[in-house]
Amino acid sequence: MVPLSYYLVLSGFLFACGVAGFLIKRNIITIFMSIELMLNGVNLSFVAFAAHWHALSGQVFVFFVMVVAAAEAAVGLAIIIAVYRTRGTLNVDQVNLLKL
Amino acid sequence: MNPMLNLWLIPVLPLAGAAINGFLGKRSSRHAVTTIALFFSGAAFAMALSVVARFSSLTLPYHEYLAHWIRSGTFRVDFAFYLDQLSLVMLLVVTGVGFLIHIYSVGYMWDDPSYYRFFSYLNLFMFFMLTLVLASNYLLMFIGWEGVGLASYLLIGFWFTKDSAAAAGKKAFIVNRIGDFGFLIALFLLIKHFGSLNFDQVFQSITPLGAETAGAGLLTTIGILLMVGACGKSAQIPLYIWLPDAMEGPTPVSALIHAATMVTAGVYMVSRSHVIFERAPIALTVVAIIGTLTAFFAATIGVAQTDIKKVLAYSTISQLGYMFMACGVGAFSAGIFHLMTHAFFKGLLFLAAGSVIHAVGGEQDMRKMGGLRTRIPWTFWTMTAGTLAIAGIPGLAGFFSKDEILWRSYQASWAYWLVGLVTAFLTSFYMFRLWFMTFFGEYRGEADAGHGHANHSAHDRHGDHGHGGIHESPKVMVVPLAILAVLSVIGGYVGVPGSLGGNNQFDKFLGPVFHGSAPANAQNAAVGEKAAPEEETEGNEPKKAASTELMFTAISVVVALLGFGLAWQLYYRNPQLPDKIAASMSGAYQTLLHKYYVDELYGALFVKPLIDGSTRILWQGVDRKIIDAAVNDAGDGAKLVSDIVRHMQSGNIRSYAGWVAAGSAVVIAFMIWMGVR
Repeated sequence: MVPLSYYLVLSGFLFACGVAGFLIKRNIITIFMSIELMLNGVNLSFVAFAAHWHALSGQVFVFFVMVVAAAEAAVGLAIIIAVYRTRGTLNVDQVNLLKL
Repeated sequence: MNPMLNLWLIPVLPLAGAAINGFLGKRSSRHAVTTIALFFSGAAFAMALSVVARFSSLTLPYHEYLAHWIRSGTFRVDFAFYLDQLSLVMLLVVTGVGFLIHIYSVGYMWDDPSYYRFFSYLNLFMFFMLTLVLASNYLLMFIGWEGVGLASYLLIGFWFTKDSAAAAGKKAFIVNRIGDFGFLIALFLLIKHFGSLNFDQVFQSITPLGAETAGAGLLTTIGILLMVGACGKSAQIPLYIWLPDAMEGPTPVSALIHAATMVTAGVYMVSRSHVIFERAPIALTVVAIIGTLTAFFAATIGVAQTDIKKVLAYSTISQLGYMFMACGVGAFSAGIFHLMTHAFFKGLLFLAAGSVIHAVGGEQDMRKMGGLRTRIPWTFWTMTAGTLAIAGIPGLAGFFSKDEILWRSYQASWAYWLVGLVTAFLTSFYMFRLWFMTFFGEYRGEADAGHGHANHSAHDRHGDHGHGGIHESPKVMVVPLAILAVLSVIGGYVGVPGSLGGNNQFDKFLGPVFHGSAPANAQNAAVGEKAAPEEETEGNEPKKAASTELMFTAISVVVALLGFGLAWQLYYRNPQLPDKIAASMSGAYQTLLHKYYVDELYGALFVKPLIDGSTRILWQGVDRKIIDAAVNDAGDGAKLVSDIVRHMQSGNIRSYAGWVAAGSAVVIAFMIWMGVR
């Protein structure tokens, strides 16, 4: 049996990678992926705890998170396409105007 | 039971005039302003006359309570008025001469753009002066005292666009402040030791006290401090320097404030406080010495001045010195007598000088006058009356009062008398010098036609009516001159001394105020006071005393004539001689011309150190390096901190995210640390 701490360290690592990517990267797609990475880091900690405590609620929450993430991905990607069409770039530093 | 006199109306009437003209004058016509100003000052004079009419039916001193002002425990100060023989004389002089000068000013100031402002200030002055004279306690007197200082400041700086006038006003105000400081401390001492400022209460608690013959005590201190105040207001050494500069004001102002009334306030105050001074022989000696020195000192300066108003200014200082000399030897009534006659003839001389200045188009330098005798006969004759009166020619007002002072001062000490006599000679000399230079010889000014317009900005601006040539002043100016001239001639007959066949009625009139209050042990406190009743009541040798007095009278007449003769020699027969004398004694002449360099001395001793100290220490040191620096550093600190903090709010979303991440990291680290602990 793998100890809980291993999962948590991995979860923290994934989340940190997500944060770093979110802060450092300029491409919206990459930022989007970093957000997914953070969500999945959190998900990992949820399932790890759920397994550890033999409680199902953690796993239920993971499903919720995945559903929301899927919805977010759908909306987010649509926005990204719209942004790319109107501005011809995905660099967030250049996308700084609400109105063109 | 006294009838109601409504004394409070006398000062309040001019105040009403000042308020009406001050607030509404700008929009009303000159005629309306004139009516208001003359009505209210004239009404005050009429009130004063009505007081005279009912005077014999009064039990003196008359008190009038108007309203309460300060009440703290047993200490009370009220708005209350006080009338006795002394205040009545002052009241008549102030309202009478004041009203005449108001009339004169109508002609003199007619063309001035600030006509209404002038009369507003003039009425305001009357209000404060009458408050001073009628006050029944020292504090109300002090209100008037400060108020006349304010009015004087406003009127000296009346043409405030002229730098010299503004500076002169400031100088007068600041120098007066020094004197007022002494006055104020004297008042504090009175409150502390006698618990009151009412004349009656203070004098009642002082009367049982003996004279401070052995060394200086409380009363001496109070007396000397009061004298400091009087020195400021009445332009005595060492605070006289403001009065000559005050001639920057319009000439009627010089006549009213700086000759006839305000500057005599010090004499009035010292006389009013005679109960204190009689018990403080040292203070009295200080008064006498200051007065004597001032009289002589100012007279010598007056000899060398060329500005007609400056001569009169130094003459005023000198005559005020006489009054203090009289007070200092205990002859208060003689001092007040001279105050009254001086108000007549010096007011007249200033107004006549104003008329001369008016005639020659604003020129004040006597070297550019001359030969005006026939051109302006009214001015000439009235000024002659004034000159004769001040010089002490027998039969005129100044003769009686000055003679009285000299005689009384001789009874105190021959030194006072000698200096006074020399001063009388100098007075006669410089006055006839002025007279000859102005009215005799050839006219030395510019050509008659189109005279003086260039001088208007540089000199005393006055109402030039736009017609060229030397001209007599309008009637409205000549009539007050004539009235004052008559007063200068006959004014002395109220106080003809016994030696000349009179019975010194003026002295007797003021008697109830001044006599009977001397301390029991005042053997050497007030020599004149002691001698006066002797002279009047003693039956032993009145003849001898009278003949001695007659001899002294003769001496002063001779001296006055000598002064006339010298002036005649130098300025009429040999007009070139004075320049030669001045050249041969250039050191002495220059010293006199520059007024003994007193202004320069004060400048180096007091003004410059003060300005330097203020500049270097207070301004550049305290103000800039401490106060300003503290404020600036506070601002700079805030700027520095916000400069650092503002980078958080860059508008860049990812930097916000970064801060959020960093903050979360800190929170988590903190929680972990707490958990570990």
